[in-house]
Amino acid sequence: MKKPVIKVEVNRGNENASSRRSFLKLGGLAVVGSSLMLYSCQPEEDEIFSLDAKAKGVNNKKVFNLGKGDRAILNYAYILEQLEAAFYSNVVNGNSLSFDSMDGDYEIFYDIYQHELIHRDFFELVLDSLFGPGQVAPNLEFDFSSVNFQDRDTVLTFSQILEDTGVQAYNGAGKLLSNATYLLLAGKIVSVEARHASAIRDLIGETTGDTDNFADEDITVDLALGNQVFPEAFDDAVAPGDILERVAGTGFLKTRIIANNVPTE
Amino acid sequence: MNFINFLDKIADGELLNIKANRKESFGHMKNIGKQAALASIPFAFAATSNKTKAATMSSAFASAMASPIEILNFALTLEYLEKEFYQIGMDTNGLITGDDRDVFGLILKHEDEHVKFLLTALGENAIEKPQFDFTAGGAFNTFGDYQTFLLLSQGFEDTGVRAYKGQAGALIDNNALLEYALQIHSIEARHASKVRRMRMEKGWITGNGDESSPIAAVYAGEANTIQGGVDLNAALPQYSNSSITEAFDEPLTMDEVNAIAGLFIV
Repeated sequence: MKKPVIKVEVNRGNENASSRRSFLKLGGLAVVGSSLMLYSCQPEEDEIFSLDAKAKGVNNKKVFNLGKGDRAILNYAYILEQLEAAFYSNVVNGNSLSFDSMDGDYEIFYDIYQHELIHRDFFELVLDSLFGPGQVAPNLEFDFSSVNFQDRDTVLTFSQILEDTGVQAYNGAGKLLSNATYLLLAGKIVSVEARHASAIRDLIGETTGDTDNFADEDITVDLALGNQVFPEAFDDAVAPGDILERVAGTGFLKTRIIANNVPTE
Repeated sequence: MNFINFLDKIADGELLNIKANRKESFGHMKNIGKQAALASIPFAFAATSNKTKAATMSSAFASAMASPIEILNFALTLEYLEKEFYQIGMDTNGLITGDDRDVFGLILKHEDEHVKFLLTALGENAIEKPQFDFTAGGAFNTFGDYQTFLLLSQGFEDTGVRAYKGQAGALIDNNALLEYALQIHSIEARHASKVRRMRMEKGWITGNGDESSPIAAVYAGEANTIQGGVDLNAALPQYSNSSITEAFDEPLTMDEVNAIAGLFIV
């Protein structure tokens, strides 16, 4: 049985420099790039990492292994929803927003904030009901100190990235699920993320005069069948490893995520 | 034919990348027919224990079934409908003006590519374009009144989102088709959000929407709050019912979608 794995290693305290270069470390995540994706023939192999030295002082809340199979995909979705929920929790403060808002901003951000909290709490409920202790992602730690939440353009830009990324992540995760119930649940959520992305992009488009921003060519992709190309009419579908690298690149996530056994096909 | 072997044969790549293989695969699918997919999905987690695609598929045999060809033709019908609707709208002098022409021009382009994509995927198995009557027998002044055009646009887009979502489970063992369908599904949701906002509605669906609307049938069942067997109203009382219903879009079955689309097919 072919079992692809994404190799991820935890940074070791006393590792030498050259081996440290062997994995990409961004923010709180250590993820080996997709070019180093490994294919293992040992289906029971759960983890290919070890913790030591520096990592000894790290409690379970600082390092989490997504696991494998559908559990890995559900944990992955739960992590993305935690990220979104945490982000919008910095935007919505009671009856006001973190920035000087324009007409209509509050209603949109409040709704999205609520939806993301509901998605997060829903995944927690589902995962806790399905899997035992240690198998469900903990409440993650985030650091948004690089984001100026007082600036509307900044918040809109990050919101757009989060929502578009969410769409691409769910689209890429769908085929990795083997349980139809989970697939339907992911389908129920991804279209809401796409509605968010469209609305946030519309707010940006209103300020830049780009009427088509809700589904513009900067976000759509081509599909091809054989040698026929169907241009710019589809959302992208992005694999978990690539999404996690992007998330790592933001530096928002302080908890290390081990993604070495997430399905890739 | 061993069913699992069949699934392997229609796995990624083989199905759609090479024309000859495509025809051959669809030929096989025709023979397998309705055994090859599931159309309805149980909500409870209990029955769906440890994955294995074989187990998932065995439950499919007990359900109403749609084959991949049927699903693609079902999608093609909706895309034909949307494409022609926007084409007539754009071609109707004075109906769509100003910046809105950019919006519907882009949506038209997307729907046109979706039609072409599905036609190519289906090859000789593609159905002919039906004859449409966008007035639904005179019930709507569709191309004479812009607000009516916007209303129907919203209805078609939200129906499209629900329709693709409803077929995802039936494609679970066909990675290529499932991913393509998802890539169209979320674009339809972007459209829906935009058109809803042009009508001064929220981009997301609250409850069953406006139940006195002429397009109320599009939103039947959207007020569902039970997700994965959990009633979120009870489990997450800190959130409003409105937010809970907005946070999840609901699927429609093929029959439910056909009943809606059928109003506009002669």
